[in-house]
Amino acid sequence: MSALGAEALRAEGLVKTYGSGHTALRALDDVSISTRRGEVAALLGPSGAGKSTLLQALGLLSLPEQGTISVGGRVVAVDGQAREDLAAIRRGGMGFVFQKANLIPFLTARENVLLALQINGRVGAPAAKRADDLLGYLELTERAAHYPAMLSGGEQQRVSIARALANEPAVVFADEPTAALDKKRGRDVIELLGEAAHDHGTSVFVVTHDHRTLDLFDTIYEMEDGRLRPQPPVS
Amino acid sequence: MNLALKDIGFQRLRFAATGLGLGLLFTLVLAMGGIYKGLVEEATQLADSLEADIWIVQRDTRGPFAERSVLPAETEARAQVVTGVRSARAFTYVFIQREHRGRPLRLGLVGLAWPLDRGDRLPIVEGRALRAGRYEMVADRMLGFALGEVVHLSDENYTVVGLTRGMVSSSGDGIAFFTLADAQRIEGYLAPESLRLARAGRTGSSFPAPFETAIAPRQEQVSAILVEVAPGASAADVLQAFQAWPDVTARSASEQRALLLQVVDKPRRQILLFRVLLLAISGIIVSLILYNMTVARTHEIGVLKLMGARTSMVAGMILQQAMLLWAAGYAVALALAVLTFDRFPRKVTLTGEEIVLVGVVVFVVCVLGGLAGVVRALRIPANLVLAS
Ligand SMILES: Nc1ncnc2c1ncn2[C@@H]1O[C@H](COP(=O)(O)OP(=O)(O)O)[C@@H](O)[C@H]1O
Ligand SMILES: [Mg+2]
Repeated sequence: MSALGAEALRAEGLVKTYGSGHTALRALDDVSISTRRGEVAALLGPSGAGKSTLLQALGLLSLPEQGTISVGGRVVAVDGQAREDLAAIRRGGMGFVFQKANLIPFLTARENVLLALQINGRVGAPAAKRADDLLGYLELTERAAHYPAMLSGGEQQRVSIARALANEPAVVFADEPTAALDKKRGRDVIELLGEAAHDHGTSVFVVTHDHRTLDLFDTIYEMEDGRLRPQPPVS
Repeated sequence: MNLALKDIGFQRLRFAATGLGLGLLFTLVLAMGGIYKGLVEEATQLADSLEADIWIVQRDTRGPFAERSVLPAETEARAQVVTGVRSARAFTYVFIQREHRGRPLRLGLVGLAWPLDRGDRLPIVEGRALRAGRYEMVADRMLGFALGEVVHLSDENYTVVGLTRGMVSSSGDGIAFFTLADAQRIEGYLAPESLRLARAGRTGSSFPAPFETAIAPRQEQVSAILVEVAPGASAADVLQAFQAWPDVTARSASEQRALLLQVVDKPRRQILLFRVLLLAISGIIVSLILYNMTVARTHEIGVLKLMGARTSMVAGMILQQAMLLWAAGYAVALALAVLTFDRFPRKVTLTGEEIVLVGVVVFVVCVLGGLAGVVRALRIPANLVLAS
């Protein structure tokens, strides 16, 4: 277990309701959570518990109607209102990995990574070097010029991890990143995310069903019916 | 890295097919403009090339093109002596339909005041003007005659000695130029039996005079007198002098031109309307294409937004693709225009001004279509990929 760094993300009193009236559904019911840099956290829970909803809230993609979200100590959203340019925070400080790789099909593996850098204003030789380093780190150098359709599921997922890590984000969110992979590859993915967290002080937040990889996490949260309860660390 | 180019490069065939389709549409827009212009040019080209300052026609007619005009041939001599007149030439015009090599031959029959006018002013592209007083003709290319071809008209043979370009009647059929005498002979063609009688009448004088004039009246008649004003003389004064004549109507060149344009007024308006319609259709199609291209890229745009891409990046990608489609489509349209417009049955005139104007208009159409795509793209939520 590595020492944890400064606070990466803090959320307090998040409430998110889908629908209204008697069909209203509280997907988040007063959820508070915080992550630290270098921490690898797992979020467990049955289907429909609100895990993806929480991840979308923390990732500033869909704000809950109540609660406060802070990134790196700065309040960025309060009660559904953005206090800062959320897209700017996402492009510079957050990375996303999903069950499906969601790569841009008309860009090669390398270009997909370069795109993340370009979106953050990083172009030219330093950006190219960063992309090549990441692809090397993820053992994708030989697949760099391939389009996503020519890559295996595991390779695609590794490209999406390279893309998520490209801008040295403070937080990486992953929503069931191993669900489409076999046991060995799934474990590889979590290990890679863990390495990035520990080497670069990234906070990694993973929604998972895969109990076989739980030994790789620093913290495990469990959700049910929109409520969160922390678990003691495994191992 | 340019996303618009990468996307297009990834689906080259689809882009090429779309560009080609748009190109065909833009070609139609260009063609409509060209046909419109061609119609105006065709309508006025004959009158313009005759270089008359004043047209004298039968009293109260709008001849000789819009309606029949008949003047006594001696009007030419009367006009020549008017002060300020440099020259006055008789001119005949009539539209005839005959047969040539078993196929219908429709032509505008013009008689020029030989030897004063040999057709030197005509836009002859091959061959020469008239040299002999009889049995020669200058024909427009539209009639399909070859240089040197012999055409049989009204029991006589005429040799094609020159070919013009763009000289057509208001119906789009070619015009043929003859000496006045030949034209009158062809126009006044009578069935062999009447002709025999007429000849007998002239030579043997066994017919009473009134009968002879009844069967051969055209010899003494022309359609119009073309007047050129002498240098230094006032065209308005000369025109006024002719307008005082009780038996004719005189028109300035510009009045004659306006009259000719009236004849094609309805087709012109029709074409203009059709062109506006085509532009509207282009706009709708371009918008649909770009909108659908955006819809097809919804997932990718969702990923871009999730990654925090600026709105300008997403909008830029769509607008650049709109412009690339414009460039590809318009290039196709221009290439097709250059290759095909000369082969249209009627004149299609494409000017540089028109190329620029239509280019700008369809560019605006493409950009507006792109904006339709952008509006759609802006509505794609950043959490699309996660929410699905
Ligand atoms: N966009 C939505 N509209 C309405 N209900 C939703 C929406 N997204 C999720 N839900 C509901 O909210 C609850 C939590 O969903 P979700 O966060 O996706 O759970 P999990 O990821 O844990 O399976 C579920 O009952 C789900 O049906
Ligand atoms: Mg989920």
